[in-house]
Amino acid sequence: MDLYEYQAKDLFAAHEVPVLPGDVATTPADAKAIAERLGQTVVVKAQVKTGGRGKAGGVKLAETPEETEAKAEAILGLDIKGHTVHRVLVTPASDIAEEYYFSFLLDRTNRTFLAMASVEGGMEIEEVAATKPEALAKIPVDPITGVDLAKANEIVAAAKFPAEVADQVANVIVKLWDTFVAEDATLVEVNPLVRDPQDKIIALDGKVTLDDNAAFRHPAHADLVDKQAEDPLEAKAKEKHLNYVKLDGQVGIIGNGAGLVMSTLDVVAYAGEKHNGVKPANFLDIGGGASAEVMANGLDIILHDPDVRSVFVNVFGGITACDAVANGIVAALGILGDEATKPLVVRLDGNNVEEGRRILAEANHPLVTVVDTMDNAADKAAELAAAGA
Amino acid sequence: MAIFITENSKVIVQGMTGSEGTKHTKRMLASGTNIVGGVNPRKAGEKVDFDGTVLPVFASVAEAMEATGADVTVIFVPPAHAKGAVLEAIDAGIELAVVITEGIPVHDSAAFWAHAVATGNKTRIIGPNCPGVISPGKSNAGIIPANISGSGKIGLVSKSGTLTYQMMYELRDFGFSTAVGIGGDPIIGTTHIDALQAFQDDPETAAIVMIGEIGGDAEERAADYIKANITKPVVGYVAGFTAPEGKTMGHAGAIVSGSAGTAAAKQEALEAAGVKVGKTPSETAALMREIMQSIG
Repeated sequence: MDLYEYQAKDLFAAHEVPVLPGDVATTPADAKAIAERLGQTVVVKAQVKTGGRGKAGGVKLAETPEETEAKAEAILGLDIKGHTVHRVLVTPASDIAEEYYFSFLLDRTNRTFLAMASVEGGMEIEEVAATKPEALAKIPVDPITGVDLAKANEIVAAAKFPAEVADQVANVIVKLWDTFVAEDATLVEVNPLVRDPQDKIIALDGKVTLDDNAAFRHPAHADLVDKQAEDPLEAKAKEKHLNYVKLDGQVGIIGNGAGLVMSTLDVVAYAGEKHNGVKPANFLDIGGGASAEVMANGLDIILHDPDVRSVFVNVFGGITACDAVANGIVAALGILGDEATKPLVVRLDGNNVEEGRRILAEANHPLVTVVDTMDNAADKAAELAAAGA
Repeated sequence: MAIFITENSKVIVQGMTGSEGTKHTKRMLASGTNIVGGVNPRKAGEKVDFDGTVLPVFASVAEAMEATGADVTVIFVPPAHAKGAVLEAIDAGIELAVVITEGIPVHDSAAFWAHAVATGNKTRIIGPNCPGVISPGKSNAGIIPANISGSGKIGLVSKSGTLTYQMMYELRDFGFSTAVGIGGDPIIGTTHIDALQAFQDDPETAAIVMIGEIGGDAEERAADYIKANITKPVVGYVAGFTAPEGKTMGHAGAIVSGSAGTAAAKQEALEAAGVKVGKTPSETAALMREIMQSIG
């Protein structure tokens, strides 16, 4: 889960990383009230989970509470790279002497953690990495020994932070590591990390990604989910513990196993090229144990997607045999009754496939077509979606 | 010979008495795996009957190894305790630990991997979040259904479980020396490269199918490795050509961000290394079929 800037800074503050005070507002009037309370020139910052806010007009300076209200009015509702702004952060404007970059992240290639630091912050770090790789220090961090003050000093030296602030930066790095570990983050990024004219180090912006797998030991993280921004079908699927991602096509997809479902999306997209360019409407992995209930929940989500015109159920019977899956489909259609209105193309292979196909043939449901291979089934589903336009 | 597990493998199960562990211990036994016991400190000393096969429960991996000579452990321990289970297996010095558990926090995987490295990589780790490894007709450590395909000369390495099954099914008339599901998590023990080298060294493997997924650069690195080190024919498949950017598709690792990690980039890298890449599982199987027929 990616966090908003204000959420990231709340976590920073909880772990004693220096941040500026401020608060988040959902209306211009709230923004004005925060500015009144802060009593100084403020910055109004759009809260969106994407970069490039400044260029898109999502970050503005405001000298008075009235101006804050007007700027918030202009920013709220703005569309930044497909993300609608529902909240703004109102925070004191700070004088900046220097801007730095710092992050801890997961290094998949080396199967460890990595610290990245640069005294050339403020710009897109990808740009620094591409144009001046020598200006970006990359230091591996052992997950067992972590980052103590000695390790932080090593990072500070490698990135050539100025001597006047070296000790302070090292301390902030240790606190950021505390945040990274204590919150089970896979990314903690500060860009910019600033030095103000009084040589104080402040995390002026923050980006944090939390590991969803670790949610079981962080009950408080559930409150960080932005329910408003979630796709309603995705939210419903999450409640049912289904692994669902809404896409923008017309062929609903249900399969078992993430890899097979991804592969199904590809095969349907290729088939769609011959059928008016129809595309997959979603990713839905019902996992290994495809019980009738799980199948019904999956079909329920997909059949309630108004964009869906046909559904492709692609299951390889492994742990759960095909007869169980077939029974699941029949039971699911029974549960859904008249709510099921879209044609279903079913491909079953693997364990007990003959029995599975026999069950579907016997049920003889008017919406269900059984096709023997993944390629042919994808073609049929795409054809039906194109015909249903 | 096969790779990683053979008919001589002696297998223990960590989490054998849990629901997943019980179910799959039965399946592994039914497919001929030599399972010699399980580990659960709270049930140490008990015996468990799996459809007629009675297996002892030990207090620790070390104790189980000492009593049975076990050299492989399959781990079904739930995410909250999986790190401890893997660390225990590493400290006991068992040769192979197959971590089936899905949903392990990445900080935990990073920690046990670092511990494995720091202690000299004596234990090969497969997974986590993987279906395990099967050498058909010999041994089956994990959850891959044993009746999809028999033994043969194709080696298979895959990030995805069900795509492993699909590919084994498509090529069941040729059969497999070993199929390894390495898992789709951001941090995994055994990589495509490790499996490729093991298949290269295995006289019973004639050709290799490699299945990848969007995200990361493991396939690109495997491509470089194939170019330099693998002389057996390799056929590749990458899932996720049409996946949109920035969306996680089930596997924590399967996310495309920016230009790196796309299926197209992986295909290009593999083809540059002389690997034939199929657009779909069936096309990939057809490419392997041609190779196996030409080998004879």
